[in-house]
Amino acid sequence: MSNSNPTTIESPWARRALIGVGFLFLVLFLFLPLVMVFAGALAKGWSVFLETLVDPDALAAIRLTLLVAAISVPINSVFGVAASWAIAKFDFRGKSLLISLIDLPFSVSPVVSGLIFVLLFGAQGWLGPWLTEHGVRIIFAVPGIVLATVFVTFPFVARELIPLMAEQGRDDEEAARSLGANGWQIFWHVTLPNIRWGLLYGVLLCNARAMGEFGAVSVVSGHIRGLTNTMPLHVEILYNEYDFVGAFAVASLLASLALVTLGVKTVLEWRFGIHRAGAAH
Amino acid sequence: MSIVVDNISRRFGGFTALDRVTLETKPGEFLALLGPSGSGKTTLLRTIAGLDFADEGHVLFDGQDMTGTPAAERRIGFVFQNYALFRHMTVADNIAFGLTVRARRDRPAKAEIAAKVAELLELIQLPQLGDRYPAQLSGGQRQRVALARALAIEPRLLLLDEPFGALDAQVRKDLRGWLRRIHDETGLTSIFVTHDQEEALEIADRIVVMRGGVIEQIGTPAEVQSAPATAFVSSFIGETNRLPVTRRDGGAIIGDGLATVPDEACGQGGGEIHIRPHDVELAEPGAADALPVTVLASRPIGRSRRITAELAGVAEPLTFDLPVAEEAAAGQSLSVRPVRYRIF
Repeated sequence: MSNSNPTTIESPWARRALIGVGFLFLVLFLFLPLVMVFAGALAKGWSVFLETLVDPDALAAIRLTLLVAAISVPINSVFGVAASWAIAKFDFRGKSLLISLIDLPFSVSPVVSGLIFVLLFGAQGWLGPWLTEHGVRIIFAVPGIVLATVFVTFPFVARELIPLMAEQGRDDEEAARSLGANGWQIFWHVTLPNIRWGLLYGVLLCNARAMGEFGAVSVVSGHIRGLTNTMPLHVEILYNEYDFVGAFAVASLLASLALVTLGVKTVLEWRFGIHRAGAAH
Repeated sequence: MSIVVDNISRRFGGFTALDRVTLETKPGEFLALLGPSGSGKTTLLRTIAGLDFADEGHVLFDGQDMTGTPAAERRIGFVFQNYALFRHMTVADNIAFGLTVRARRDRPAKAEIAAKVAELLELIQLPQLGDRYPAQLSGGQRQRVALARALAIEPRLLLLDEPFGALDAQVRKDLRGWLRRIHDETGLTSIFVTHDQEEALEIADRIVVMRGGVIEQIGTPAEVQSAPATAFVSSFIGETNRLPVTRRDGGAIIGDGLATVPDEACGQGGGEIHIRPHDVELAEPGAADALPVTVLASRPIGRSRRITAELAGVAEPLTFDLPVAEEAAAGQSLSVRPVRYRIF
């Protein structure tokens, strides 16, 4: 390392102090809580841990969480790719409006997002009477949870892809077009391979959030055990009932998911040399 | 193939990129679209390719109206400044792309495609590199692969958008000559966009000089250099000294009567005289048709001597190329007679 490099002109002492502070902060606020989650989960041994997880209500919560993620992640992936394709490769009226709309779920509190759906589909809501008449349940049922999750995880894929696609420009697509490829061929053979790592990363983030979402889902779920409880909601219920081991056991599953996401992301970055989030290649 | 561009106009919001542009190419011609940035040359090229569409006017290929035909159906080879190679495909797959995306009934057999790719790799002198990825190639090699990919579909027309713009000077020079040879071998009508006048002068059959969405002149390299149609062409192509003149019947007065030069067809009124650095000779002091200048600097360059000189009342210094034997020291007074010049 050369001393002329302006980023390293600090004295070794200052450098060590800065690194130390950063490290200490990470340990205190990230690593320790994570360890505590697993420690709490295993406080009474493996058997209790496993028992809590195979409890029917816990299993139902896990199943529901997986189902919600399995529906909302593909929806948002397709939407995210379509929106970023449109925004990055074409000029059209209302483009900046679309960009702001995509960001909306980031800026609205999840609780408010949930309330929007209650207001729309709830018994006292706009469409409530009509829905009741036709026997369709959205609020306090699975469709409401899916809707709320889709809304909250809306921006992840699109936000990941828009800068990437904008940076790659339109030349590749135009080259393919001049060579005689049709729209689908351009998408499958040129656009998609160009964005695949960014897309995968966006999907991972979207999935992590879809499984972990609490606020919006809590408002529309109704907390019916075994029916409309997702994992984060189940954690809260157990915790409020002073079943700390149970709460931490389910929480540790969610935390593992975060660790897996982080792990896969790191492997992707290492394997494919992605330096910035999504800047594939 | 011959291309006719008929009264094409294109606006982007309030900006007019092309303003009633009309142009015709001869079959097998190598045409350069030359102009500063914002002159509309790239928009014109993209309109011919079908990657952009004109607000008004028509594009005809061999007399057939192609104005609304999408790029995919025009069978043109398009080469981009930044190569636009598909980064996840090998060189061979890149070259084969235009053939593999064809509908099954038009698609050549696998072996046929492979043979075509091998032939093109030979043509671009990279026969060993078919298995490489674009990231493993140098800029010059990438641009050659891009050209091979464009040629694979047996285009009727080759369009190149600043094909050497991203390359360094030496590679650029090599590729110029190579591109001209490829053009001559294939016999394709080719149009390329450049802002580099040297490039256009060196390899094009004819040059279309553009500015502000309008064609200023179409002519051979010799014509645009020796007979520029407008003051813009004269100053854009090659070096020029520009001086204000008052035009009178039969001649023009430079500055406030510094010198008077004859010109039969110069008309009346104000204007501008353009004198190329090498189109002057030394005159006896006080000659009425020569400029009295004061030498600022003088240095030999090859077989000529480049003189930077000052003319009373003119802010910009002038440059002249005199025979190297003409010693001229800074501060010395010279009398310089324009031998060839144009008055606009």
